[in-house]
Amino acid sequence: MKLLTRNNILLFLVVLLISFCSFIVLPRSTPTTLKIGSFQRDLQIKKGLDLEGGVQLIYKVELDGIDSADREDAFSGVKSVMERRVNFFGVSEALVNTSQSGDNYRLYVELPGVYDVDEALNVIGKTAKLDFRVVDNSAPDPTTPEYTQSGLTGSNLKKAQVAFDQNTGEAQVAIQFDDEGSRKFEEITRNNLNKPLAIFLDDQLITAPTVQTTILDGNAVISGSFTKDTAKQLAIQLNGGALPAPVTLEQQKTVGASLGDTSVKSSIVAGIIGLILVALFMTSYYGVLGFIAVISLLCYALITLTIYILLPVTLTLPGIAGFLLSIGMTVDSAILIFERLKDEVRLGVDNKFAVESAFTKAWNSIRDANVNTLIVCFILFNPLNLQFLNSSGLVRGFALTLSMGIFIGLFTGIVIVRTIIRVFYLNDFELELGRIRLPRFSFRGIRND
Amino acid sequence: MIKLLAYTKYYFIFSALIIIPGLVSLGLYGLLAGIDFVGGTTYEVKFNKFVSNEEIARLVGESVPEVALNSVVSTGESQILLRMSPISDDQRLKLRDALKAGYGDFTELEFETVGATLGRELLEKTLIAAAIALIAIIIFLAWAFKNIVFGLSAVVAMLHDTLVILGIFSLLGHFYSVEVDALFVAALLTILSFSVHDTVVVFDRIRERTHGDFTSNFDQVANRALNETMVRSLNNSLAIIFMLLALLILGGASLKFFVLALLVGSISGTYSSPCIAVPMLRIFFKLQRKYAH
Repeated sequence: MKLLTRNNILLFLVVLLISFCSFIVLPRSTPTTLKIGSFQRDLQIKKGLDLEGGVQLIYKVELDGIDSADREDAFSGVKSVMERRVNFFGVSEALVNTSQSGDNYRLYVELPGVYDVDEALNVIGKTAKLDFRVVDNSAPDPTTPEYTQSGLTGSNLKKAQVAFDQNTGEAQVAIQFDDEGSRKFEEITRNNLNKPLAIFLDDQLITAPTVQTTILDGNAVISGSFTKDTAKQLAIQLNGGALPAPVTLEQQKTVGASLGDTSVKSSIVAGIIGLILVALFMTSYYGVLGFIAVISLLCYALITLTIYILLPVTLTLPGIAGFLLSIGMTVDSAILIFERLKDEVRLGVDNKFAVESAFTKAWNSIRDANVNTLIVCFILFNPLNLQFLNSSGLVRGFALTLSMGIFIGLFTGIVIVRTIIRVFYLNDFELELGRIRLPRFSFRGIRND
Repeated sequence: MIKLLAYTKYYFIFSALIIIPGLVSLGLYGLLAGIDFVGGTTYEVKFNKFVSNEEIARLVGESVPEVALNSVVSTGESQILLRMSPISDDQRLKLRDALKAGYGDFTELEFETVGATLGRELLEKTLIAAAIALIAIIIFLAWAFKNIVFGLSAVVAMLHDTLVILGIFSLLGHFYSVEVDALFVAALLTILSFSVHDTVVVFDRIRERTHGDFTSNFDQVANRALNETMVRSLNNSLAIIFMLLALLILGGASLKFFVLALLVGSISGTYSSPCIAVPMLRIFFKLQRKYAH
């Protein structure tokens, strides 16, 4: 008996792969991180916004006032400012995506795990254009001061942070200018001694303190009826920079944590019960072959979950449905093969020939049928980000898990099933477990000894 | 061997019985488009005590009179889903304060508002996606089978399944306020690929048996192919139906109609391959032969 045949080696590799997958997928009581070189992954499945709960916002970016040549720049500027704000907001899995459709420029912001939509809206949706203005001396009426731009704006900031007034304990925002800003600030304070210097945010006057002395080090505080929260929000906005163009909220979605949690639990239960039903059905109809198909299904589930964790794939509710649906399609490959095998056995050819012939003949159908589903997945996922096609996260999640399922299903349904059959049935390796030999192929009404 | 093709007339009558009520409903009521497509607001909240739907409707009317309230539905114990026109953030805050003042603390389960333009865009994109998918499938089938009639027959079967689902959802929309959203379209497209998946297996068998020569005895070949693929087709559908049934009964409420669409579609897709696609293939072949001569 030869041990090192091609099929035995293949079987060994499959076992190795499955052991690795089991190790990755294994439920853990404490969060674990896998680290190989620069590759680092938390060993748990990432949940999308609809499962984890959180806030999704879609903003329309108002670029009407901007030259069409500069629009792309302004748009990407808005995106990077949003990203910085979202990061300062402290959400680990936040996402900012853009989409353009004709003249409509949009930003998709996802904040999983954030349930306070009010705070999120206040922090990220404001333009936050800060500028310093001085009293306009040419104004006709000196009692109500009119302000004129000083040339010093939020773009000269180095950083902003929350501070507290030492006497009153009131929240303030301490700002520090960069080199250019410090020079400008020094000049402005020197020229406007004992006059008010007004600070405007989005063209609204916040405060207008009187300049007491020339400030050389580029440090200043903005005070004016802040609470701790509003001071923090302003600091985040200033640090992120002003949006190059204003945005308006077009869609808002908040999912509570409890809703997502129930959905996950019930989907898992549904998936397990569905799997058990499929397993029972397959073994009762196809006997040992059905059992092999069930093993390949388990391998399928393990490999898929491993890829979800390592890639990583963010799992959404329709994504789970896509995954479960692809289990159905994986079973289909096995059924196609077994039905072919039945035909071959019926013809009375020997086992080895029957198996090889069944796989070859079934392959054409399996390939053609799956290509169709892949075409649809491709259009749903829209990987080229074509403007005229959908780019909704939920639909994409479904298409992604379904198409991954098809590829992995082809591997487990064909490679694993074939290897197991070849090794245990085709005399590469005569297996006897105790006294019990594996039964030969048998189908209802047909027996081949 | 069962002569499945001999009963073509009955298949067509049966399909017509299912499709015609749906078509009538589509003509009369259309589909109930979700806020994804037309814009609007859904707001699902859970109170700590029982609140009647009428009370809520009155409160909404008083606190945000400029918002059109479309429906109030109970989704569970003291749990209510409001459907409204798109609302601004200020209006949302006003409504929330009014609910809190009226009925004490409550949990916001889900809130979603979509602007009308965004909805229209999504609708256009979805229709384009569906059209592209259809064309891509016809081209692929015509290429794979080296004859356009295969592609055409598969597409007729696909249209059959589409009409079945659209009709059923039009009826569901009219009688049970079931809405059609972006996920429904994803389900629809998946079903189309499923339907073709099943049809391809049968066609593949016909091609194998005829070796590209369809002049002789199409009925006998097709009947044999149908008989040979029937068990596989039923078994596969059963496996998928088990999965979907489990999801429908036990899965989350938000996926219910998505899964239902998939379920209806996979049943219709299984039926349409032998009972619609193959008879259509026969009809198209006859036409092709007639006009070739």
